[in-house]
Amino acid sequence: MSAILEPLSSVCLLLGSFLLLTGALGFLRFADFYARLHACGVTETLATALIILGLMLQATDSALPQFKLLLILLFVLFSSPTASHALAKAAWNAGVRPRDRRGRRDIALPPGDR
Amino acid sequence: MRYTLGMAGALALFWLMNSGHYSPLLLTLGAASVVLVTWIARRMDVVDRESMPLHLLSRVPRYFLWLSGQIIASNLDLVRQTWSRNPDYEPQVARLPLPQQSDICRVVYANSINLTPGTLTVEISADHLLVHSLSARGMASLEGGEMSRRVSELEQ
Repeated sequence: MSAILEPLSSVCLLLGSFLLLTGALGFLRFADFYARLHACGVTETLATALIILGLMLQATDSALPQFKLLLILLFVLFSSPTASHALAKAAWNAGVRPRDRRGRRDIALPPGDR
Repeated sequence: MRYTLGMAGALALFWLMNSGHYSPLLLTLGAASVVLVTWIARRMDVVDRESMPLHLLSRVPRYFLWLSGQIIASNLDLVRQTWSRNPDYEPQVARLPLPQQSDICRVVYANSINLTPGTLTVEISADHLLVHSLSARGMASLEGGEMSRRVSELEQ
C-alpha cells in the first residue's frame, strides 16, 4: 500500500510546492495591487490543498492526523477568501484603482464608480 | 431543538476526532465540555438556523465538487499567465447582481468568487457585488450566472 501512497504523496507535495513558487512569482510579476492578490489566490487554494493532500497520504497508524489536516484545509479555505476580500476592500476604500497589465493606466470602471 | 442537537453532535464529533484519548475519565470530561459549550451558546442565543445551517448540509457536497473543478481550472489558467513570457491578461471591473437573499448564501457566493483565482470580490452592497477579474473570460463566466444560480439553489 505504502509503495503506491509514498510516490503519490511526493507528487502532491512537489506540485504544491511548484504552485507556491508560481504564486510568489506572480506576486512579483503582476503589475498592480489587485492582480497581485489574484496571484496569492493560487497559493491559498490549490497549492494549500495539494500540500495538505500530500501530507494526508503519508501513512500513519491512525486516522486522527488526516482528520486534523482536513480541518486545517477547511479553515484555510474559509478564511483566506475573507482575508483577500478585506485587503481588496481596504485598498478600494483607500482610493487604489485597478490598472492595466503593464501598470500604466487605470482601467475602465463600471458606470457610477470613480 | 434540532439546532441544539446538531451543535452538540458537531462539537462531540470535533472532540472525538481531535482528542485521540478514549479513557472513561477523558470521555466524561469531553462530554461535560460539550454540554457546557452548548449550554453557553444557547444562553447567548446564537444557536439558530444561521449558525447551524443544517438545511444546506445535503446540497453542499455537490456544490463543493463543482467549485473544486472551477478552482482547478482557473488555477491552471493563472499558472499559465504567470510563467508565460508575455502575459496577456486584461483586468476588468464590473458590478454583478446579487440575487441571494440570505446572508449565508451571499457569503458563499462572494467567497466562491474569491476562491477561484482570477476573480475577486472587492465590495458588497445590498444588491450588487463589485468584482475585479483578471480576464474577460473569467468575468464573462461570472456574468453568465452559473455560479450564482448554483449558490441560489443551495437555499431552496
